[in-house]
Amino acid sequence: MVAFTKLAALSSVIFKSETNMLTYTQEKQSSGASNMKFLRGAVLLIAAVTLSACASPDRFDNDNTTSLGGAGISDGSASDPTSPLYFQQAVGDRVLFSVDQSTLDSTAQAVLDGQAVWLAANSDYNAIIEGHADEQGTREYNLALGARRADAAREYLLSKGVAAARLKVVSYGKERPIEICSQESCYALNRRSVTILSTGLSS
Amino acid sequence: MMSHHMTLRLVVCLMAAMSFGAIAGSVAQAAPLKIEITDGVIEPLPFAVPAFVAENSAAGEMAQKIARVVAEDLAGTGLFREISKDAFISTLTSFGSPVQYADWKAVNAQALIGGAVSIGAGGKLTVKFRVYDVFASQELGKGLQFSGTEAGWRRMAHKVADAVYSRITGEGGYFDSRVVYVSENGPKNNRKKRLAIMDYDGANLQYLTDSRSLVLAPRFSPTGDRVLYTSYETGFPRIYVLDVASVGRKILQTQEGTMSFAPRFSPDGRTVVYSISAGGNTDIYRMDVKTGRAKRLTSAPSIETAPSFSPDGSQIVFESDRSGAQQLYIMGASGSDPTRISFGQGRYGTPVWSPRGDLIAFTKQSKGRFHIGVMRVDGSEERLLTASFLDEGPTWSPNGRVIMFMRETQGASGASSLYSVDISGRNLKRVRTNGGASDPSWSPLQN
Repeated sequence: MVAFTKLAALSSVIFKSETNMLTYTQEKQSSGASNMKFLRGAVLLIAAVTLSACASPDRFDNDNTTSLGGAGISDGSASDPTSPLYFQQAVGDRVLFSVDQSTLDSTAQAVLDGQAVWLAANSDYNAIIEGHADEQGTREYNLALGARRADAAREYLLSKGVAAARLKVVSYGKERPIEICSQESCYALNRRSVTILSTGLSS
Repeated sequence: MMSHHMTLRLVVCLMAAMSFGAIAGSVAQAAPLKIEITDGVIEPLPFAVPAFVAENSAAGEMAQKIARVVAEDLAGTGLFREISKDAFISTLTSFGSPVQYADWKAVNAQALIGGAVSIGAGGKLTVKFRVYDVFASQELGKGLQFSGTEAGWRRMAHKVADAVYSRITGEGGYFDSRVVYVSENGPKNNRKKRLAIMDYDGANLQYLTDSRSLVLAPRFSPTGDRVLYTSYETGFPRIYVLDVASVGRKILQTQEGTMSFAPRFSPDGRTVVYSISAGGNTDIYRMDVKTGRAKRLTSAPSIETAPSFSPDGSQIVFESDRSGAQQLYIMGASGSDPTRISFGQGRYGTPVWSPRGDLIAFTKQSKGRFHIGVMRVDGSEERLLTASFLDEGPTWSPNGRVIMFMRETQGASGASSLYSVDISGRNLKRVRTNGGASDPSWSPLQN
């Protein structure tokens, strides 16, 4: 036989949430046996912000289009040396880096030399230099590492005479791999900086 | 590894205020119901949750659902084991009826949870519960009652489970909490990311952004009302503050022409620490949220990022490669006296200060594997809790007992999901999400 303790005074605590109204009430024990009636809901206050209890968790149009750099310029023809496509393919729009490094080897420098020449000849174009890392690293560190790589490429182009106002940098860290295997063959291609041509982006 | 500091002792004496037993006037003498956790083997504490009593006909289904969530919360901790209802000899037919302790002892239930549910006028849902220490033949703590809307039934169940957990372990609970994270879909080379928020157990999912812009690493404010995150909405990584209730967001006014990321709130919610990358160099800054005034805290040419405040707001733990590789450092909240704390083999990143103040959780890379680990604030007693191809980004449960993190699988079809693990290294399990998930941030307990 259990004697419930008497639940007299009640201390109440307020719940607040944007979806629900909740209050709770704690029994306090004094003395004497008793029963259910002792739970007295001294409801204090209910601060409630109502939110649409939508059946779907998705309040957005799930528009999956993503714009990835570039300013909507047409790539032109690869045989036209003034075209962005020529820049990408013949000049080379990217350079690669060693693990956890942002130094430019001679191959990378040669590519950037070509970029500098092309940019000098095609002054209508500006560029955003994207820095990337492979997946073998933590997110924030890889953002910082990508920033180093993009900046290394930018500094090199500046040293070759490209105007600072024409070059911006952005780091994607490990967020935008182009190769998806989890091996060095893929990682080597993901550790990169990519010079993306744009028009009218200088500010 | 076995020092008393890293030994989790959750010893709880539950005798307080329990002087009203069945025997008139006598104080209960039985051994208190307790869970004691050590580094050794733990035997989960067996508990019974008979169906909650529906106090009116409308409450029948709700009574069952609430009792189920309470049981799932408790069993999900790995500290408790639910006794199958098939084994029950008796049941609780009404909330106030005497408990037949012998029947519950016979099925080896050490804790018994009795509850009742009613739905009143206007759909007001009321949940009452009592916890019984079966072997001591007495009630444990006081009866408690929650009222709210029917839509909030899961929160009420979590509140009940939090109270039970708290009474038996002596620690705060963590069930009535939420997680904000990055929901992921699509292949690795075309992954869509958007912010999502859910209850700690995966229920009540809502999306907070669409997937048009890349978003990273959301972080709750100390009260859970706001979320800091990084978005590429402008084409460059910038920090935003999102109001969870209205889903309104605004950009944090960091330096133009720079990239900003890795934000976290101070414990009082008034300051944000974050990183800025400019000229290839990444350093840590802090900003007063109201005035927008910023102060630079580090200025080395190395990478300084991933700052996290101590619970008292006086210090910041962060990662830096100033030594040549990623390591953890602690400095004063204004940037004074940076001191390295990690010295093991490998690289250390993403440090997060425990809400208790005693431990730092981190990501460690060593010999091609990733680990989630914890160490004391002075760097001692490092302990790795997990190992996989890629584990990253720990976040603490509100009571500092459990860590949630992201695990990504290897290879071309690699995908991310959320996992949780006790700081003892036990009870590793996947957290339910809708699709891929990364970068979890665990809220404080809701009020």
